[in-house]
Amino acid sequence: MKWVLTYLRPLRSRIAVGTSVKIIGTLTELMIPFLLSYILEHVIVRNKVGEILLFGGLMAACAVIACIGNIVANRMAAKTTMLFSAEMRRKLFFKTLSLSAESTDRFTVPSLEARITSDTYNVQNFVGMMQRMGIRAPILLLGGTAITMVMDSKLALVMLATLPLIFVVVYGVSRMGVPLYAGVQRSVDGMVRVVREDAQGIRVIKALSKVDYENRRYDKANRALKQNETKAGVIMGVVNPIMTLLMNLGIVAVIAVSAYFVANGSSSATTVIAFMQYFTLISMAMMSLSRMFVMYTKCAASAGRIALVMEKEDELTVCEDDGKGDPSYHVSFEQVSFSYLGKRKDLRDISFSLKKGETLGIIGATGSGKSTILRLLMRFYDADSGRIRIRGKDVRSYTKDELTSLFGVVFQNDFLYADTIEENIRFGREISTEDIAEAAKVAQAHEFITAFPDGYAHEVTAGGTNLSGGQRQRLLISRAVAGRPEILILDDSSSALDYRTDANLRRALSESFPDTTVITVAQRVSSVKSCDLILVVEEGAILGCGKHEELMASCPEYKEISDSQMGGAFLDG
Amino acid sequence: MTANPSQAKGEKSKKGIFLRLSKYVLGQWPLFTVALALTLAANQLSLLGPRYSGAAIDAIELAGGVDFSAVWTNVGYMIACYVISALLSYLLSVIMIHLSQRIIYKMRKQVFEKLTTLPVHFFDTNATGDIISHLSYDIDTINSTLSHDLIQVMTSAYTVIGSLLFMWRISRPMIVIFALTVPVSVLFTRYRSKVVRPLFRKRAKKYGELNGFAEEMLTGSRTIAAYGRQEEISSRFNRINDLAMDAFYGAEYHGALLFPVINLINNVSLTLVAVLGGILYMYSQNGTILAASAFYITLGGVAQFVQYSRKFAGPINEFSNILHEFQSAFSAAERVFAILDEEPERADLPDAKAFPEVQGDVCFDDVTFGYTEDKTVLRNLSVHAMKGKTVAIVGPTGAGKTTIINLLMRFYDPQSGQIRMDGIPSEELKRRDLRLAFTMVLQDTWLFCGTIYDNIVYGREDATPEEVYAAARSAGIASYIEGLPDGYDTLLSDDGVNISKGQKQMITIARAFLSRAPILILDEATSNVDSRTEIRIQNAMTELMKNKTCFIIAHRLSTVQNADTILVVKDGAIIEQGCHEELIRREGFYHSLYYSQFT
Repeated sequence: MKWVLTYLRPLRSRIAVGTSVKIIGTLTELMIPFLLSYILEHVIVRNKVGEILLFGGLMAACAVIACIGNIVANRMAAKTTMLFSAEMRRKLFFKTLSLSAESTDRFTVPSLEARITSDTYNVQNFVGMMQRMGIRAPILLLGGTAITMVMDSKLALVMLATLPLIFVVVYGVSRMGVPLYAGVQRSVDGMVRVVREDAQGIRVIKALSKVDYENRRYDKANRALKQNETKAGVIMGVVNPIMTLLMNLGIVAVIAVSAYFVANGSSSATTVIAFMQYFTLISMAMMSLSRMFVMYTKCAASAGRIALVMEKEDELTVCEDDGKGDPSYHVSFEQVSFSYLGKRKDLRDISFSLKKGETLGIIGATGSGKSTILRLLMRFYDADSGRIRIRGKDVRSYTKDELTSLFGVVFQNDFLYADTIEENIRFGREISTEDIAEAAKVAQAHEFITAFPDGYAHEVTAGGTNLSGGQRQRLLISRAVAGRPEILILDDSSSALDYRTDANLRRALSESFPDTTVITVAQRVSSVKSCDLILVVEEGAILGCGKHEELMASCPEYKEISDSQMGGAFLDG
Repeated sequence: MTANPSQAKGEKSKKGIFLRLSKYVLGQWPLFTVALALTLAANQLSLLGPRYSGAAIDAIELAGGVDFSAVWTNVGYMIACYVISALLSYLLSVIMIHLSQRIIYKMRKQVFEKLTTLPVHFFDTNATGDIISHLSYDIDTINSTLSHDLIQVMTSAYTVIGSLLFMWRISRPMIVIFALTVPVSVLFTRYRSKVVRPLFRKRAKKYGELNGFAEEMLTGSRTIAAYGRQEEISSRFNRINDLAMDAFYGAEYHGALLFPVINLINNVSLTLVAVLGGILYMYSQNGTILAASAFYITLGGVAQFVQYSRKFAGPINEFSNILHEFQSAFSAAERVFAILDEEPERADLPDAKAFPEVQGDVCFDDVTFGYTEDKTVLRNLSVHAMKGKTVAIVGPTGAGKTTIINLLMRFYDPQSGQIRMDGIPSEELKRRDLRLAFTMVLQDTWLFCGTIYDNIVYGREDATPEEVYAAARSAGIASYIEGLPDGYDTLLSDDGVNISKGQKQMITIARAFLSRAPILILDEATSNVDSRTEIRIQNAMTELMKNKTCFIIAHRLSTVQNADTILVVKDGAIIEQGCHEELIRREGFYHSLYYSQFT
C-alpha cells in the first residue's frame, strides 16, 4: 500500500486544496442542523418575522456554500484520482513490458493483464472514494468526540473505552481480509485465462464441438471466483455489525454509568440527552468508516499484487567484463550450458565463434535447443556456465539498451498488432518511409504490400489475422531489417516462404547488409546451406559444425536431413 | 476491433436495462424476499433502541431520584435490541452477498456461454482484451452496485413513505414545500442523468479499449523487449490510458454536480420548513390562525415536522449519491446485454439433418465468398472430393486457401453457391454434426492451460489413457513427453515456457490422431516440425490420412505430389486443377512453381 502514497505525493498541493475546500464545505453543512435547532429553540419564540427570515437566509447561504464546496471538492478529487491513476497505470504498464522473460513467464500474461486492468481499477476506486467520503467521517468522529469530551469527560471516556475493541476487530479482520481479496484477484486471473484462451482458439473449439467442455472449464473458474468473493464478503461483512454493536454497547454503558453520576449529583440528565445526539453523529461516521475499511482491504490486496510487479528487481544486472574476449570475433559462445527450470540441461557445452558479416545457420530437431541459443545471446536468460560474447565483450556487460540496439529479430511466434503495415514495420522507431520500403524490398514484402489498394497504409488486424502466414513472416523480416541491425536473428521465420522467395531473400540480405551478422534457425537445409557456419543441434548439444559440404561428409544426421529434403521442395504457403 | 460489441446493437433504453437487471434480482426472489423482510425488521429494531434509551433516561431524570431497577431493565432491553439488530444486519449482508454473487455468477456464465455460440467473425473483429473487459470490469461494476446499493434503495423507499405519512398528519400546508422541491429534485436528477449517461457509457467503452490494448501488447512482450520498444509502446498505451482517464474524469466531473445540488435543494426545503413553520407558529400564537384551521401548528409540531423532513430528505440525498453508482452499473449492464444480444451463429435450419454416418464426399458447387460484401476472396469455386481422396490446395499467399477451410467448417457461409456433404447441402446439416465430421491440424497451434494429457485427450474425450499414449507415439512426441519430469502431467502454462512451436504442433497432431472423424484438414500441419521429425512421423501421417477425405494446404511438394486432386488457387480463383502429372504436363503455373525448386 505504501507505494500508493509515493504516487500521491506529487499531487499533494492539489490534494491539500481539495481537502481544504471539502472541509470548509463539510463544516458549513454541519452548521445547517445547528442553525435549525437554534431557530426552533430560540428564534421562533421571539415572534419576529424578520429574525426568522434572517436565520432562514443564513441557513440557505450555508446550504449554497456547502453545495458549491462539495461540487468543487469532488471535481478536484476526480482530477486528482485521474492524474494518480493515469500515472500508476503508465508506470505499471511500462514496468510490465520491461520485465525479464523469466518474470513474465512466472507472473503469466493473464495475471499481468488483470493487474494492469482490474487491480488498478480497485486502487483507483479507493483513492477516489477516500477523497469524497474520507473527509466527512473523521470530522464527525473527531468533532463529536471532542464535544462530548468537553461536555463530560468521564462519560466520554466510558464511550471511548470501546475504541480499543473496535481497533482489535478491524485489525484482526483486515489481517484476514487482505489475503482473501488477493485470492479473489487470483481467481479473476483464472477466469481471464480461460476467456483469453478461448477467444484465441475459437476455431479449434468449434471444430471439435467442444463448447460444452469449454463451458465446464469456464464454469470451474467462474465458480471458484464466486466462492472466493463470497468468502471474502462474508468475512468482511462482520466489520460493520460489530462496529455498530460495540458503539451501541458503549452508549448503553454511558447510560448505565450516568445513572450513578446523576444519583450522586456529578452529572445531569440533560447532558446525557445531548450526549445521545452527538453519539448518533459519531456512529454514523463509524458506519461510513467501516465501508471505507472494506474498500481499503480490497485495495490493499490489489495494491500488493501491483507492488509485486512494480518492485520486481531486474534480475539480469549488468556486470563487469573479464576482458579476456577476442574482439576480432563478433559473436562467440564459450562452453555455454543452460537449464530453464534447473531440472534438465537444455543446452550443454555450446561453443562457436563468428566474425562480423558472417552467417550462421542452426538446424536441428524440434525441441533440440535452437531457440534457446538465441534467447541466451539476446540475454533473455543468463547462462548457467560458460560465456557469451559480442565484439569480445561479455553480453552481461552490456546495458539492456546497448544490447537490444544490436539486434534485429524475428521470433517463431512473432506478433503483429492492429495498425498499418508501415507502423508494424517501423515499430515505434525513427525510421523514414523510404527506409521502410527499402527493408520491405529486401524482405520480399514490397510486392504484396503494394498490391493492396492502400499499400503501406493497409490496416493489419490484431495478431495479423488478415494476412497469410507467408505475408506475416515477410512483414516481420521487414521489421527486423528496417533497423539496420548489427546482428540479424531469424528464428524459423521463413518457413512459410517458397523456395524462390527464400532464396531471393537471402541474396538480397547479403547484398544489402554485407556487414550484418545473420543467425538463421531453420528446418530446411536450403535456408542454411550457404551459411559460413552451420550448427547441427540435438538435445541441447552440438552434433556437428562446419560448412554444408563439410557436414555432408562428416555429420550423418545432417546428411540425413539434407537427403530427405532433396526433391521434397516447397510451394509457396 | 472494427465493431465494438456494445455499439453493434445501438443504444438501449434505460428502462429496458433496468427491467432486465430487475429480472435477475427477481429470479432470486426467495433470497430477495428474506432480505427485504430483514431490512424492515432491522429498521424497526433501530427505532426500538432509542425508545428504550429514552425510557432509561426518563428513569434517571425522575424527580425523586434515579430509579435504578427501571434503568437496568431498559439497559437490558437495549443490549438485547442492539445484539439482535447486529445479528440481523450481519445476516442481511451475508444474504445480500449470496444474492449478488448468484446473480453475477449467472451473468458471467450467460455471457461466456453466449460467446461460445457467436460466429468466428465476432472473435476476428473484437479485441480479446475488450471481450475480457465485459466479463471482468463490467460485471464487477454491476456486482458492487447490487451488493451495496440495492438494500439502501429499499430502505430509503420505506423511510420516505413513512415520514411523508407523518408529515401529512402534522401539517398539510407545510407539505406544499415538498410538493415544490421534490419535483424539482426529480426533474433535475432526470436532466442530469441524461447528460451524464453517455459519459458513463463512454467511460465503460474506453476502459474496454484500454484493456484490449493492454492484452494485445502483453502478447507481444517478448518482441517488444527484443527491440527495446518499451518506451514507444508505452507511449501508445499512455495515449489510450489518457483517453480512458479523460472519459473517467468527464463522467466524474459532470456526475459530481448531482449529489451536492440535490443536497442543496433538500437544505433549502429544510430552511423553508423552518421559516414557514416559524411564521405559522407565530400567527397560531397570536390568534391570527385559529386552532381549528389546517394552518394551526404548535411548537412541538414544528419541531416534529422538522425531524421528519430531515428523515425524508436523507434517503433522497443518499439516492442521488447512489445514482452515480447506478449510472456506472447501467453503462456496464448495457455492454453486457449487448453481448447477450449479439446475433449468434445462424441457427440450424428447423429441419436440419443429423449427420451420423459420414462418408466424406465433399463437393463445392460454384461457391463465391468474401469476408466483406465488396471484396471477393473466392470466385466460382467448384471441386469434388470423393470419399477417401486427397485434395491439395496450393498457390501464392493470400489466394484464399484458408478461406476454403473457413467455408468447409461453416465458420463463414458462402455468398452464393453450395457446399454439399455426401450430397446434402451443408447448411441443411446440424452444425455440430457437420463439424464433428472434420479433424483439423492448423498452422496456428492452439493449446490451453492444462496438462499435456488434457490437451491431447481434447481430441476425443472418451479416449482411454492407452489410446492417448498411442496417439502421442504416432505423432512422434511421446519420447519428448516422457522425458519431462512430470511426463503427461506436465502443466502447459500460458504461452508455454519451455515448449517450442514445433512441439506444440506435434501435440495438436496427437490430438488429431485420437479423433475418428472421416474428413481431415491439414493446414500447414507440419510447418513447424523439423524435417527429421517429419520423416519419423511420415508413416503415421499417411496412416492418419488413410481412408479419410483430406484437404491439405502444404508447401512440401512430397505431400502435394501424391494428392488425387491439386487445386492451384490464385487471386481467389482456381486457375489449374488436376493431379500432379497432368499439371506438370500442362506447363502452367504449377509447373513453374514446381521447377522453381531446382533453380
